[in-house]
Amino acid sequence: MNWLEFFAMKGYAWYVWGSYGVSLLVLIVEVILVRHKKKITLQQLRLMRDAGPDA
Amino acid sequence: MAINWFKYAAPSSFYGLAGRLIPWFAWPAAILFCVGLYIGFFVAPTDAVQSEAYRIIFIHVPASILSMMIYLIMAGYAALGLIFNTRLSSMMASALAPTGALFAFISLWTGALWGKPMWGAWWVWDARLTSELILLFLYLGFISLQASIEDPRRADRAGALLAIVGSVNVPIIYFSVQWWNTLHQGSSVKLSGTSMHIAMQQAMFTMLAAMWLYVIAVALLRVRSIILERERNTQWVAELAEVRQ
Repeated sequence: MNWLEFFAMKGYAWYVWGSYGVSLLVLIVEVILVRHKKKITLQQLRLMRDAGPDA
Repeated sequence: MAINWFKYAAPSSFYGLAGRLIPWFAWPAAILFCVGLYIGFFVAPTDAVQSEAYRIIFIHVPASILSMMIYLIMAGYAALGLIFNTRLSSMMASALAPTGALFAFISLWTGALWGKPMWGAWWVWDARLTSELILLFLYLGFISLQASIEDPRRADRAGALLAIVGSVNVPIIYFSVQWWNTLHQGSSVKLSGTSMHIAMQQAMFTMLAAMWLYVIAVALLRVRSIILERERNTQWVAELAEVRQ
């Protein structure tokens, strides 16, 4: 199969790759944000602990 | 077998269980995404009417199905939390909302990119499209309502009411193509059989399975942060290895 022809999607490239590209991006960004959130939450917990019970 | 199922209704036990379960959903999701994309692009034939543009179906349909399913599951968890006062159910509802909103967005986005070449319009105020847009707003409303209330238990109850009332919208989305004369087409896959090519169906169902697994993995990941935040003043959180280090 010719790759250029494959990516051209018979003239529908923008629509097809726009759909797949944005969806993939959304899922990747979601995973990054959720993992980041976990990291931040754990950091905050450690800071709270270091600040002691009076904080 | 005597398994104490209620053990895992406690946030402290579920935190660890969720952590152990995540890879069992995340890796199969990644593999099935690859398989689904391979079948969708290299095995499924070109459509006679819609040419290559139809390949958007492999994300559009599974994402749309999940945007509705996640809403019902979210409302179910929220209702459980409201009725039985179980904290973990409310946390699960909060963990599902952002993912549901993203799937509703993906459904609308891919729908617009499919509508333009096929109908000649990015958007029409058709019953199916409008009710799906309302679904997105319901998710966003749930998230912002919960964010605006300081006390987590009050936020849970307010969110639960919104989620339960809003679930009326889900059957409206589903049946809209039958109840109204819509530009959006009806389902291609029915219980009585289908008009789709077998490889097209395989790609669609593989993508659906992949997205299901993805949703479970990401919701478990998110609920772990929610549990930590809400239980931050408890002894068990202070004793966690990742907090003590």
